[in-house]
Amino acid sequence: MARITLENLAHSYSAHPKSDADYALKEMTHVWQDGGAYALLGSSGCGKTTLLNIISGLLRPSQGRILFGDHDVTDAPTTERNIAQVFQFPVVYDTMTVRENLAFPLRNRGMDAAYIASRVDQIARMIGMEAMLSRKAQGLTADAKQKISLGRGMVREDVNAILFDEPLTVIDPHMKWELRTQLKQLHRQFGHTMIYVTHDQTEALTFADKVVVMYDGRVVQMGTPEELFETPAHTFVGYFIGSPGMNFIDAKIEGSRALLPGGEVVDLGANYGTVAGKTRIGIRPEHAVLSDHGLPVRVRRVEDVGRHRILRAELSGAGFNIVLPEDAPPPGPAPRVSFLPGKVGVYADDWRVAPQSLERAA
Amino acid sequence: MQKIQNNRAWFLVLPVLVLVAFSAVIPLMTVVNYAFNDTFGNNEFFWAGLEWFDEMIHSDRLHAALGRQALFSAIILAIEVPLGIFVALNMPKKGFWSSLVLVLMALPLLIPFNVVGTIWQIFGRVDIGLLGHTLEAIGLDYNYVNDPIDAWATVIVMDVWHWTSLVALLCYAGLQSIPQAYYQAAKIDQASRWAVFRYIELPKMKGVLLIAVLLRFMDSFMIYTEPFVVTGGGPGNATTFLSIDLVKMAVGQFDLGPAAAFSLMYFLVIMLVSWVFYTVMSNMDKAEAGQ
Amino acid sequence: MVLELQSVSRMVEGRVHIHPTSLTLQNGTMNVLLGPTLSGKTSLMRLMAGLDAPTTGRILWHGEDVTGRRVQDRGVAMVYQQFINYPGLSVYENIASPLRILGRPKDEVDRKVRETAEMLHLTPMLARKPLELSGGQQQRCALARALVKGAGLVLLDEPLANLDYKLREELRVEIPRIFEASGAIFVYATTEPEEALLLGGNTATLWEGRVTQFGPTPRVYRQPVDATTARVFSDPPMNFTSALKQGARLAFGQDVTAPAEGNFAVADGAYMAGFRANHLSLHRPATSALDLRCKVIVTEITGAQSFVHVSHGEDRWIALVEGVQVLEPGQEVSLWLEPRHIYLFDAEGRLAAPASYAEAA
Repeated sequence: MARITLENLAHSYSAHPKSDADYALKEMTHVWQDGGAYALLGSSGCGKTTLLNIISGLLRPSQGRILFGDHDVTDAPTTERNIAQVFQFPVVYDTMTVRENLAFPLRNRGMDAAYIASRVDQIARMIGMEAMLSRKAQGLTADAKQKISLGRGMVREDVNAILFDEPLTVIDPHMKWELRTQLKQLHRQFGHTMIYVTHDQTEALTFADKVVVMYDGRVVQMGTPEELFETPAHTFVGYFIGSPGMNFIDAKIEGSRALLPGGEVVDLGANYGTVAGKTRIGIRPEHAVLSDHGLPVRVRRVEDVGRHRILRAELSGAGFNIVLPEDAPPPGPAPRVSFLPGKVGVYADDWRVAPQSLERAA
Repeated sequence: MQKIQNNRAWFLVLPVLVLVAFSAVIPLMTVVNYAFNDTFGNNEFFWAGLEWFDEMIHSDRLHAALGRQALFSAIILAIEVPLGIFVALNMPKKGFWSSLVLVLMALPLLIPFNVVGTIWQIFGRVDIGLLGHTLEAIGLDYNYVNDPIDAWATVIVMDVWHWTSLVALLCYAGLQSIPQAYYQAAKIDQASRWAVFRYIELPKMKGVLLIAVLLRFMDSFMIYTEPFVVTGGGPGNATTFLSIDLVKMAVGQFDLGPAAAFSLMYFLVIMLVSWVFYTVMSNMDKAEAGQ
Repeated sequence: MVLELQSVSRMVEGRVHIHPTSLTLQNGTMNVLLGPTLSGKTSLMRLMAGLDAPTTGRILWHGEDVTGRRVQDRGVAMVYQQFINYPGLSVYENIASPLRILGRPKDEVDRKVRETAEMLHLTPMLARKPLELSGGQQQRCALARALVKGAGLVLLDEPLANLDYKLREELRVEIPRIFEASGAIFVYATTEPEEALLLGGNTATLWEGRVTQFGPTPRVYRQPVDATTARVFSDPPMNFTSALKQGARLAFGQDVTAPAEGNFAVADGAYMAGFRANHLSLHRPATSALDLRCKVIVTEITGAQSFVHVSHGEDRWIALVEGVQVLEPGQEVSLWLEPRHIYLFDAEGRLAAPASYAEAA
């Protein structure tokens, strides 16, 4: 187990990168703690797979260093990195039994047979496959195979890190719950450093202690699920986390007030002074409520998504979503929306701006 | 799969049926006719019953040819299959080199059989052939015209040269279908090169290997042109394989009845062995897939 | 136009893929087939399309029997999970291809292609090749090809499964809009309950080759006819526990009793109680709420909410609670559940008493 340090790391697939745009991964420095559960979250092409391949040793970064503990592994091949990886599609050895599959990484390292047997039994119990140990892996269902892959990733106690590359892609929704909890329990029990790559916010947020949100080759925010939800550092984080994502409305910032294009005024609850650049305010659909006072909205439609309803509306000419409770009454003829105190964020050129002071301007 | 019935389809396959009837069924029936009759030409036939079959089954000449044939097929399978796999494993996976190697590999397959024979016939000649002359020059006593061992060696090397590419290309196609993640996983598991081959590459290649073995077996069992051009079946009868023997009998000696009986048995043997091969190998596959 | 399946079934090599199914899909409706992998969604779609012939039963299209008719002769379009386009043709030619096969005049082809491209936001990419597009755009191109010929029946087999989560979310909102504009019968297969809810329309839940329920999506969600339907149509999975009605009391889970009134007023006997994760609460929502003592297994935090996995005796449940809840594994917690959110199923799994909240909703 090890702390992972990315030092001035950057990568370009072209041999002579000229501009920033040529970099699939822009320069970054990060330290990931030993025993942490991290998720790399972003849409396809954001650089998360590039970063994973650099950590696993499949790619050599064009710039910077990567350290496991104090040990520089930038040039070390995969075999020397002592990592485990679970792939998007289940990678199992079809001709081997489940037991042989689980034992394979240990056997290759010449472990003692008695130790292998006990360890394999322990892992099989954790992934709930004790009953199938003697079956050939071929012909098992996708989720059973993926469990084997998980188990094989988990079977070595001394790995530096376990990497997960969208491991639940091929799994049915019901099984996802089971596998995710299992992963979480395995992490708790064994304390491995885990890095989980995904485009699925639910998977990332539920799995990780720290979620690393990537956008256009850059880490735009690294934080706990709560931080990402409550205070997104970048509009992309606001959009990407939450369904529906954060509402953004163009606004002119004047001290503790925001002026919307339609002339509406929003109280920001803190003094921002004057903010330069393209300014917007961001409000989560969960932080907007229908009330008698507040700003008028025009209802486009209401969607019943089971445990809550989504009110798709228009505020100051822009699309605006509001999450309503499952048993909420339908909106009236002239609904108004107000925002929960302290939940309105200010963004300038896509980045979140901190208030100058918490007092309101006079 | 149960599909929707559509009788128009029969009209579409009719031309093919007619063609097959002319090219395969009618000639085959002629052979059957010969096999059960005695004829001296002039379209006069005398019923011979199973006489020719009886004669052929007890013919030492046929036994010897069959033995040579079996040995030949066994040897070339034993060489070409492992060699083909080995070549496939070492072919470049992508880029310019992979295209180049593919083209080079395909070349021997594009040469007509009799040309292959002629190439090797000249190549191996002691007086003017590059191979024969070189071997003689370095002091090896090589002469495929006189020495049965040399003749066999030449025919086998020629076949390996001609056909290993086929096995290699088929295996290569099988290997290409293995996702990169498997190799990455094997590295992480610290699997040895042998283990990668045994547990990843071989299982994925099994389907194409089965086809390769079948094709090579059937083809080699029916080999005619190349050894006929190179050795003409000699020295003596050393390289007289079944087809060559058959032609000698039918055309050389004009023993049409026995030759026809011989062809039918030959045909059945190939069918039988291919069927056994296929069944055994696909059953192995099923057994592995089963619980 | 109406698509009608009359006790259609399909067997392959002695195995039942689809049990006798009768469904009537009205013109201009969105119909979701919801079920896990291998539950028969694709088999059912293939029957509807005419790609496979039913073993028994008839398929009527606008009152006319089309059971034996070839797929080419039916007005059917299909979109698959994989992005299937002609890689050598431009987006324009891809969309135009079904019309060209039908031999439509040039100006009509051009007009329809442009209309469809506009509807799917593909106008700027018309000249490009499909492989130069993002996954979402490729799938939109496939959708455009399915829509352009104005087929009366459009079958979508998990069309968003290979897309990024966020892109999926956007297209889920877009698809009902596209569908409304087309006026065809849409059939949409998915494994995800959330997708079914967002698409709206009607939902048929499938389980092991059987349609367990068919009706308006919110009704199937809130008023499932049996435990299987409830299980298929819940994400996180529905929580279950045993319940015993005796006289005036209903014993529930481990040592919890409630007065047998309201939706608990059922005949004496053993039942299975089901309730959804989001109806469990860490705070007492009403005086009538039941106090379920649970042991925390693991907590997953999503930012706004937390999924708490708990055990209650032998049962394992998931609770979806508001806010960030830091709960240690092994910790004892009280989860509160209102009786009006509880469904009772009988021994065969049939709904014995609906959750009363659902009737109002």
